[in-house]
Amino acid sequence: MRLLAAGDPLFADGLDFGIVLIVIVKTVVTFALLLVLVLFYIWFMRKVIADMQNRIGPARAGGRFGILQTLADGIKLFFKEQSVPDSADPFVFRLAPYLSIIPAFLAFSIIPIGGEVSMFGHETYLQLADPEIGVLFLLAMSGIGLYGVMLAGWASGSKYPLLGSVRASAQMLSYEAAFGLAVVAVLLHAGTLSTRGIVNAQAWTSWDSFATSWYWTVAVVSFAIFLVAAIAETNHPPFDLVEAEQELVGGFVTEYTGMRFAIFFLAEFMNLITMSAIAVTLFLGGPSGPALGFLPADGTVNVWLMPVFWFFAKLLFLLFCTVWVRASLPRLRYDQLMDLGWKWLIELAFLAVMVTAVVLVGRDEGWNRWVVVPASIAGAVAVLGALRLCMPKRSELVEEEA
Amino acid sequence: MSEVVIFFLMAALALGAALGVVLAKNPVHSALLLVTVLVAIAVLFVVQDAQLLAAVQVIVYAGAIVVLFLFVIMLLGVDEQESLSDPVRIQRPAAILLGVIALAEVLFLTGHHWATGAEKARGALDDGSGGNVERVARSLFTEFLWPFEVTAVLLVAAVIGSVVLARRSNRPTTDDVDESSGEKVSAP
Repeated sequence: MRLLAAGDPLFADGLDFGIVLIVIVKTVVTFALLLVLVLFYIWFMRKVIADMQNRIGPARAGGRFGILQTLADGIKLFFKEQSVPDSADPFVFRLAPYLSIIPAFLAFSIIPIGGEVSMFGHETYLQLADPEIGVLFLLAMSGIGLYGVMLAGWASGSKYPLLGSVRASAQMLSYEAAFGLAVVAVLLHAGTLSTRGIVNAQAWTSWDSFATSWYWTVAVVSFAIFLVAAIAETNHPPFDLVEAEQELVGGFVTEYTGMRFAIFFLAEFMNLITMSAIAVTLFLGGPSGPALGFLPADGTVNVWLMPVFWFFAKLLFLLFCTVWVRASLPRLRYDQLMDLGWKWLIELAFLAVMVTAVVLVGRDEGWNRWVVVPASIAGAVAVLGALRLCMPKRSELVEEEA
Repeated sequence: MSEVVIFFLMAALALGAALGVVLAKNPVHSALLLVTVLVAIAVLFVVQDAQLLAAVQVIVYAGAIVVLFLFVIMLLGVDEQESLSDPVRIQRPAAILLGVIALAEVLFLTGHHWATGAEKARGALDDGSGGNVERVARSLFTEFLWPFEVTAVLLVAAVIGSVVLARRSNRPTTDDVDESSGEKVSAP
């Protein structure tokens, strides 16, 4: 029996106590890392948005930069009373937060954080698990995470949470399609589902690897779709219709208090960080980046530190972009959300996959790429135009309904 | 050894949850228990090295189909407890009889060779090179390409058909006009 972590060289020759210990250490470190990332992301988000809006932001807890504000909020929530509404389904109501947070953590476990290192005499990857099904595992976990949101709304036994959770699940289902298709373009290029394999295919070989080897250039349309779909999938602004305050009070978390509310909050930000980390893995080369030339190539700094540094540098960049979007864009209307997902992103992602497939076949067959690439893109644009012409205009739809 | 332990744990979980699906009074609880069954079987797939199958099981069944069940339950508001009285009397004994026959069939077949002609369930996984995903992809896109494409066309036809049917019923026809007031009855 091979375990889910089969790709890791750690399991090449059997299990012993040391290996089990390494796995336990990795699990604890990954969990702690994700929690700390959430803690600092929330602080970072509040600080950056405050800056963009000419405010000071958190400035009390933990020194003049308010760096411990999130921790203080967390402790406050931890000690608050947890209530269960009378009309709620008590078991499902208590279960829902965990259905939300456990998949959020599990999805992060497949992220390659660093390179291949030697730990207590064992070779291993700096990543918790490297299953053969890699990216599919992420999709499976986001599918399970949906239950948390859905059941939270239903089990609350009140109207606004139910509306919020129906909205949330419809949105997550709609954008899952575009999200999955955007990933396919990268899988076609890499030829593997394993996150480690995808990162290895984007290894840093020369100074221009960031454009020639990382997939964000060859799959630029898929990259853009991925970013939009990932934010929509995690219900973050401008796609946070789930908790549109002026329409739904607080969405599916309305009836939740104390620690259970905090768990939903945590899961939501964990998902955002996981999605950014997946974007780094799939499109920006994960931990790949230039090593420090003046230090030995197999020394501790270049083997352990530099890949981790590059991973976090890219992750921080993407996380900053999410904050930027959050601070600048107003919330979409529900029909705009559905139009964008179903009428634009899914189509574009499909066409991007087809263009990628044609270009890759052309490369394998040795066709002239200056003909293949423009011709396939022109074909895709023509199909897109034809589809646009077939779709009824909004005014016609409104007329038909009236 | 660990394989046996995991098998019995997951088999017990799957069977217990399956019983729960039938016995639970609340349809949402039934749907949740159904997810438990599906995930337990996915774990059994992983134990058998069929990782791709496990992922597809979770993504398609747990992530999409049961979610749709839940949608219907929530939107149609059928989450009250159903009455168990049966208008068609013959249904219950017929169901029990068919269940017994199906069980006997399964028990009979497990003692014999597989209906597909394969000697055991693992079949293609045991020979050939490459990972699980690669082997499934290879057989799907070479040996079984034709049935695969035909299935795809069938599914597209089903989707388009359902859209056409759903939209047609939305148009106001003469049947929808309420006789007494003369006003059109709004579409459901």
